Amino acid sequence: MLRLPCPQCGERGVVEFRYGEIPTIPEDLTDPAARDLDRAFMRTNTEGMVTERWFHEAGCRRWMTVLRDTRTDQVLEVVSRSSARQSDRSA
Amino acid sequence: MNEFVERRVKLRFAEPRRAYDVVIVGGGGHGLATAYYLATRHGLTNVAVLERGYIGAGNSGRNTTVIRANYGVPATVRFYQHSLELYQRLETETDRSIMHKEKGLLWLAHTEMGLRAERARARINTACGSETVFVEPEEIMRICPQLDLAGAGRYPILGASYHPHGATARHDRVVWAYAEGAMDRGVDVVQRIAVNGIRTSGDWVVGVDTDQGPIDAPVVLSAVGGHVTSLCSTAGVRLPIRTHPLQAFVTNHYQGTFEAIVASTELLFYASQTARGEMLIGAEIDRQPSYSYRSSFDFLASCSGRALALLPFMANLRILRQWTGVCDMSPDYTPVMGKTGVDGLLVTTGWGTWGFKAIPAGGEAMAELIATGATPDLIAPFSIDRFARDRTLADRGSSGTH
Repeated sequence: MLRLPCPQCGERGVVEFRYGEIPTIPEDLTDPAARDLDRAFMRTNTEGMVTERWFHEAGCRRWMTVLRDTRTDQVLEVVSRSSARQSDRSA
Repeated sequence: MNEFVERRVKLRFAEPRRAYDVVIVGGGGHGLATAYYLATRHGLTNVAVLERGYIGAGNSGRNTTVIRANYGVPATVRFYQHSLELYQRLETETDRSIMHKEKGLLWLAHTEMGLRAERARARINTACGSETVFVEPEEIMRICPQLDLAGAGRYPILGASYHPHGATARHDRVVWAYAEGAMDRGVDVVQRIAVNGIRTSGDWVVGVDTDQGPIDAPVVLSAVGGHVTSLCSTAGVRLPIRTHPLQAFVTNHYQGTFEAIVASTELLFYASQTARGEMLIGAEIDRQPSYSYRSSFDFLASCSGRALALLPFMANLRILRQWTGVCDMSPDYTPVMGKTGVDGLLVTTGWGTWGFKAIPAGGEAMAELIATGATPDLIAPFSIDRFARDRTLADRGSSGTH
């Protein structure tokens, strides 16, 4: 099972977490309706490094931002929470 | 046809030429079925199927081989019912044994809500031409005597919808039957060729880039499993697809006969017996989007626990093998098929956990779209623009895995 390093609780199995995607809408998409549609349904579905949010639902119930390789499920880094909140707002 | 008499499969793979009328990326069931129907129904044989590994190496060889049409949305019921009927005739049509066997499929309900869902399923299926009936516990025990109606005290079986034409088939043989049929008619099936990108000129597709050089084609169909978003992004096409791993396992030989296919959407698992006698168990997708084929012990533990709650005889079995496939999930749990907005580029994707049963109808419909240029009515509701038109076909409860 994929295990995620929670800064609060330590390394835990992925079943304790809920996934939170950071939407990546293409820059060249300018029409607001097209951007809304893209955000609602379209996925970049990256093969490689992704920055994503995880909510430790069955633990400390706090969000964290994780850098993960989707080809191997290797977690490379847990980004700090403050920068995570910022990326949340900008997304 | 005697399914135990192995008929020698005569597969003749080709070297890629520089240009084709149609290039199909992905040598799985959907890609090969499309090529087969292009050749047999439309006489188009200047077609190449390009496969990165070997044919059937992806999800066509990793699924749990269930064929059913008991979906929850009219458009989907009709589509899968047509596919189920094509499967019934496939051995005759291709003159190949695919070990097709009608077993009947039980979808169990453990709660009042589940009961309502299964009653509704029976009604919708009946209205759309697919045979499904609601059955009470006594009938369930007649269909599958191995079930524990008490559900180990936690998941009591209150009722089920029963889909008598639910079937299984040997997945490799389906792939081989279509591949052989296409090859015999002149289609080039190329193995070990990686397609790295789609080449476009303006809004038109002009071919694909491969690790063996470019190949020209005015029509390119992506029948890729797992890596479809990456491939289509090279043509600037965004897809509503997220890829998740899905795990499954088989046990050693169960000496009894387990006739039916049993599924529980509330418990998220399904079980059937293979022709070898193994119990084949599949369950929900992993929750992280990923392309990793890694299997996990935690899956075996949690899935076996749920299986034992309903099928206590499995406590005496041992797990032999487990494996993982990667599933392309669409937001509404319904496939995405047809045109993409780039002329000549077609996709058949979103086959998440329901792709094997769709192979004949999906291939037939995509072949018709390629040959005529018009989207067949059967798959028109699955077009990618349904999201913009607010015509999504939400059917999570029929996926069986989420």
